[in-house]
Amino acid sequence: MQELIEAFQFPFMRNALLAAVMIGVTCAVLGAHVVQRRMAFVGDALAHSTLPGLVIAHLCGWSLSLGGLVSALLTALLIAWVTRHYEIREDTAIGIVFTGMFALGVLLMSRAASYRDLTHMLFGNVLGVTGKDLGLIAGVAGVVLLVLFLFHKELELTGFDQTHARVIGIPSGAMRLLLLALLTLTVVTGIQAVGVILTNALLVTPAATASLLSRSFGLRMALAAMIAALSAFTGLVSSFFLGASSGASIVLACCGIFSLVAVIAALGNKFGVLPGNSAPIGPPSDQGVKE
Amino acid sequence: MTRAFFPYALRTHHPPREQSPAFEASGLRVHYQGTSCLALDNLTIQVRQSSKVALVGPNGAGKSSLLKVAAGLLNPSAGKVRIFGNPVGACHHRVAYLPQRGEMDWSFPISLYKLVLTGRYVHTGWLRWPGKSDYAIAQAMLEKFDLSHLSQRQIGELSGGQQQRALLARALAQEADLLLLDEPLNGLDTGAQVYLYYLMDQLALEGKTLVVATHDRGNLYARFDSVVHLEAGRIREISGIPCARTN
Repeated sequence: MQELIEAFQFPFMRNALLAAVMIGVTCAVLGAHVVQRRMAFVGDALAHSTLPGLVIAHLCGWSLSLGGLVSALLTALLIAWVTRHYEIREDTAIGIVFTGMFALGVLLMSRAASYRDLTHMLFGNVLGVTGKDLGLIAGVAGVVLLVLFLFHKELELTGFDQTHARVIGIPSGAMRLLLLALLTLTVVTGIQAVGVILTNALLVTPAATASLLSRSFGLRMALAAMIAALSAFTGLVSSFFLGASSGASIVLACCGIFSLVAVIAALGNKFGVLPGNSAPIGPPSDQGVKE
Repeated sequence: MTRAFFPYALRTHHPPREQSPAFEASGLRVHYQGTSCLALDNLTIQVRQSSKVALVGPNGAGKSSLLKVAAGLLNPSAGKVRIFGNPVGACHHRVAYLPQRGEMDWSFPISLYKLVLTGRYVHTGWLRWPGKSDYAIAQAMLEKFDLSHLSQRQIGELSGGQQQRALLARALAQEADLLLLDEPLNGLDTGAQVYLYYLMDQLALEGKTLVVATHDRGNLYARFDSVVHLEAGRIREISGIPCARTN
């Protein structure tokens, strides 16, 4: 315990914990929508596609977050353009554009002076978070969580019944765009904590873990946030004492909690402790049970 | 009663015009999205208030398209549509469209109670949450449709018949007067079908107008006031009380 207290006497550890918790909670709450709407691939694509923007911003001495944001927005626009102008499905367009952007990022990295300078973009560097970064992360987290709260009922309704939403005048397409915009903002901050490659884990794993525990959407969001905060703390502390990568440790903590909950849920279902939680992440059983 | 500060699509809720049909369309043309094929071809129809109308016909006859035009989900390329004498959208809190069950994600983690409560959203609009009266209305509708004992159940755990009753409960929570049902009997066993027909009779007696697209040809003329036979986007024949007229 004493060692733990000592660890957080370092300012960089306190900043890192605050940043990791804020990013983790934001990703997890948004992730409940991402998992339920089967948008995990989009989140992954947006995270990877920030790389060229990050590298260019790094080389030119600009804000990394701004570089990543511009790159991700450009990717989203490119995906929309390809899908609209060609007979290509959205997931295929995502596959083409995000791999192209990621490859461009790697190419730019290889032209840069040193790979080492840029590895923190791939794997995150939460221990290097400054006070200014912390302010930006807090701002983004606040905006994303506030928007999710204000439009919760519309986002929830369009998540399962777009037809009714459209009949009563809710623009379901605009709600999806709103979610994509929030996803872009969140992903850019997530990169700071766990990097381009692992950001999607923060979006998906806590929300998927929560889906094993609850059948209420609101409760899933709250549980996912708690799991993300716990993972951030556990991962950060273990990385400090083991001298390991902080981003990878946070993601592994998420995966560890998922595995633990999955085993408990499986046992719970077998012995009837957690009835009805056996297939929460699978495809919808749209016909229900016959009377 | 909850009133929206910011109504969805900035719609004002107009009252129905007296003596106007629940649904009226004239010279209606609708194209399948992105094609020149007509889903509805110069179709004219009137559905009087408090009637039960069945839409029958083969696949592609235009049953679902007609319902979607009435619900405001499809924009006609030509023709005029009136709902209770108002343009589409002007009184859409009075219209409920019950989609085929496959169109909804029943695996979504919300309870039956919450599903019925979503019927109140048209009255709350943006940035406003349902109030006590909205919760009371949702609860009353669950009791009306004998679903209150299932109120906390996740919607995917309901049977097919219970899901249809849940959608009807939501429509009534919305205070809809025109109910558009797209193949509500699909996937239901005989007992559930009989119960659904009974509920539709009760709703018609309460003054609701029901337009039902169905493939079920059994006892149609006894169960509905009018039966509209559609074929290739046109009305081929109308049987029963002449509440509609052909092109």
